[in-house]
Formats: sequence, structure tokens, C-alpha cells
Amino acid sequence: MKLKKNLALSDSGFVFDPSTGDSFSTNPIGLEIIRMLKEGKNANDIKSQIVKTYMTDDASFEKDFYDFVNMLTKHNLVEGEKEKN
Amino acid sequence: MSSKKLQYERPVIQKLNVGLMNKFGTRTEYTPLTHIDGNSVRDLLGKFGSPLFVISERTLRRTFREANRAFKTRYPKVQFAWSYKTNYMNAVCNAFHQEGSWAEVVSGFEYEKALNNGVPGNKIIFNGPDKTEAELKAAIANNSMIHIDHLDELYLIKELAMESNKKPRVAIRVNMDTGVYPMWDRFGFNYENGQAWDAINKIMLNDKMELVGLHAHIGTFMLTPSAYGMAASKLSHLALEIKKKYKKSVQYIDMGGGFASKNTLKGSYLQGIDASPTFDQFAESICTSILNAGFTDTDLPLLILETGRALIDEAGYLLGTVVSNKRLSDGRRATILDFGVNILFTSFWYDHKISPAQEFSQYTEDAVLYGPLCMNIDVIRENITLPPLKRDDHVVVHSVGAYNMTQWMQFIALRPAIVMIDKDGNSHIIRKRETLDSIEKDEVLPKYLKDFKL
Repeated sequence: MKLKKNLALSDSGFVFDPSTGDSFSTNPIGLEIIRMLKEGKNANDIKSQIVKTYMTDDASFEKDFYDFVNMLTKHNLVEGEKEKN
Repeated sequence: MSSKKLQYERPVIQKLNVGLMNKFGTRTEYTPLTHIDGNSVRDLLGKFGSPLFVISERTLRRTFREANRAFKTRYPKVQFAWSYKTNYMNAVCNAFHQEGSWAEVVSGFEYEKALNNGVPGNKIIFNGPDKTEAELKAAIANNSMIHIDHLDELYLIKELAMESNKKPRVAIRVNMDTGVYPMWDRFGFNYENGQAWDAINKIMLNDKMELVGLHAHIGTFMLTPSAYGMAASKLSHLALEIKKKYKKSVQYIDMGGGFASKNTLKGSYLQGIDASPTFDQFAESICTSILNAGFTDTDLPLLILETGRALIDEAGYLLGTVVSNKRLSDGRRATILDFGVNILFTSFWYDHKISPAQEFSQYTEDAVLYGPLCMNIDVIRENITLPPLKRDDHVVVHSVGAYNMTQWMQFIALRPAIVMIDKDGNSHIIRKRETLDSIEKDEVLPKYLKDFKL
């Protein structure tokens, strides 16, 4: 999946979508994931990066990650096809 | 290696609706409650299991003393009677008895409990519409104060009094219009239509009974102190008229209970902490009405208060654990907890304050909190803003001391343990967690149903 290209991110977790004018707030892990998605990393890359940095395991993070991605989709922050992997 | 890792928090993203009302309410429930009277929530759950009711004896006694002070500084003769139905764990009752409370009971079961706790019979107030003949006999023999609810009871006591060598000490429960809706006219005798006078005359003209008091209980979760002032005026008027007509002073006026606690009622715009009157406000309204009614100082009746909810609610906590998180079809977060409406009965009418029991960042999510029962009605909070809780995280429900430990249901699961934390911070188990054996011990299985083949 691809995030909208022009999303503006701030270090404090503020996300702005200039195409709709909507703004969002995300927590530090959410921000890290959004940044990695913007860099074009896939789900496996993101998972291994987060599990390496934080006190969590593959299964727990995977569950949270897909829920988070669903919320990004629901908030209309995603464009294009979902990544198949 | 793992010790170098950072604390994990579930990723969340929330749309910001600037300038719009937020139906999920104000930001009040993010501060974690990690300890209760010096005991870590995590340790308590580890030791006694989850979910767990916890009662803070320190808060219980502090609240009682606050109420006692509010009334005793305004009126010379005040007596509290602990409302057993609100919470009849023996440890709770005895803490109130140690503070000087009498007992107020509404059934034979509660009456027996009060006697077993060591309350002298003449310090038990027996209320309620259903007192059996055997229970009334015991109450008469023990010199308890019997509050008559209806004429059938009055006649039954009259009959029993003729057979007894003791004169029953009775009061009548009076219902009345105090300007609040709904009017509780199903209990006792009505003031406005003359039923109360009729009952008083029947008692006063019978030398086998002694009318010792007048009782009212005008409602529950009352947010209007002036309604108590009105009720106190009407009871005082009755007492003064009895004095005029029969030259007899009524010993006490019992204002019942019903004071609101600091919980927030569902649908209330204001939080309970802002909407509920203080003990001082209730006391001012009641005491002023009695003092100004026209009693001489020697005739001033004892003021009895049976408040339950406002004395114990704040001292009770329910500790629990997150079972799972899921996303509802409309995108809302749903969190399933390990306790439901079976043990948190009051979640049907309160928006209970619920705090996480561990530290989080300042990010939050709007959520629905469900219990673990396989039933659609099992909703603890319809909407709440909480940090991103994950499985096995703990939460604390505040102000659950009233009615939950008496109205709880043993439905599909075992009821949890109750722990009291004493004033020095030591935890004492006051009711053990139920077991399959404790539930099944009264079941009887007919012999022919014992065996089956599948």
C-alpha cells in the first residue's frame, strides 16, 4: 500500500492531509510507521524494525499494524492498491 | 538485549475535529491510577486474581467523618444507621459500626446479619415492605425500631403485641410530595392525603404499641438538597401535631437515605463530581428545616440518617484486565474487559470513571468498553477516551462501593474476591473468590439424572 504522497508530518505526531484539509494526531510509534510507509517500506520491513526497537513480538505487532493500516485507509490517507505480500 | 528496547505502545491515529463538540466527553480519564492506598494495582491483581473489588477503609472512614461532621455541627442530636443493602460485607458494616453507626435493614436476612455482627437489637432499624411474622416477633423481642410500611403490617404488629409482653417500638414511613419526580409513593403512608395521620391515630390510640419515630425516604441519587428540607419540614409538622394532640414527643425523625454519590449518571451533562451536592448542603437543608419547625429544645427529636451510597461509593474500586481489542464496523475501537455488568451492575446507570493502571503517552483513542459476557447488553462504557490499552493491561473503575457487592449476579462466571485495604495500607481479603464448589454446594442432583451416555 502507498500513503498519499503529500501528507505533511510533524515530529510531534501531527499529520496533515492537504488534499482534504483533514488533520490527525498519531503517537510516536504511529508516526514511525507512517514515515516508514512513506519511504516505501513493506509490512515485513516495518515489523522487523519495530520488533527490533520496541518491547513487542511479531504476533502482537502484526495485529496492531493491520489495525493501524485499516485506520489509515478509513481516514482516506492511502492511495493505490494494497501491497501484496 | 531486551532491556535496551523501548516501551511499546499500540500505534494509534485519531482525526482532529477542531471546533466541534466531542461526544466522547472531556479529557478526564487519562491519568493512570497505579496504586490504591499504597498498594500497587498490579500486585493486588497478581495476589488476589482479576477482576478484584478493593475497598479503601481510609476513604470509607474519611467519608463517614465528613458526613458526620456536616450534620453534627448543625444539629445537636444526630445518629447514622448503616444501610445494609448498599453493601453488607461484614467488614464494611463493622467499619461503620466502629464509627458509631446503628444498622438499617430491609429484610430478615439483613436483620440476622446485623445481629450476627453484634449490633444490639435496639439499635437496628427494620425497614421494608416484607417482614414476616417470625421476623416481626424477633424484632419486637429485641426492641428493634420497626418502620411500618402498610396497614396490613400495622395490624399484624398489633396482633403480635397482644401476645407479647413487650411493647413494639414502631415508626411509620411517610411518603410525600417534595417537589421531585418521580414521587416515591409506593412505600409507607402518604402525607398529603391523610393516610399518614390515619396510621398515626391507629398507633397512638393503641396502648400496645409505642410510636417512637417518623421516617421518610424520598428517593434515590437525589441531586436536590431542598427536597430533603421539604421532607424534614413535613415530618417535623407531623411530630409537632402529635405532641399537640397526644401530648407525646416523637423520639426521632429518620430522613432515610438517597444522597447522591460523586458518580456521573448516564446522560448527565455535568460530571458527578460537579453535579452532586455536598454533605454540607444536604445537612444545611435538613437541619435548618427541623430547627425552624418550632420544637422546644427539650422536644428536639434525634435526627437519624440512613445514607448508604454517598458513604461507601467512593471507597470501592473494581480492578480488571484487558482481554482483547477489536475494531467495530464503524471504525470505533472496542475493548473487552474481564468484568461485565454481572459484577458491575451500576454500569447500567452510571458512566463510571475508568482509569488505566499503567503509564501511557498522552495519545488516546475513543472506545467502547465491553464486558466478557456473551450478551449484547454487556456494555461497561458506551464511549470513553482512553490510552491505547492492549491485552493484559489493567484498568481501575472508580466509585463502585455501593450496590455492586449486593446486587451482583453469579452469571456464567464466578464472582471475584473483595479486598479491604486498612488505614495502614495492609490488604485483607474480606470475601473469597467463589469456586465451582461454593456455587454447587446447594444444588441437588436427583439420582436418576446422575449418569448418561453420549
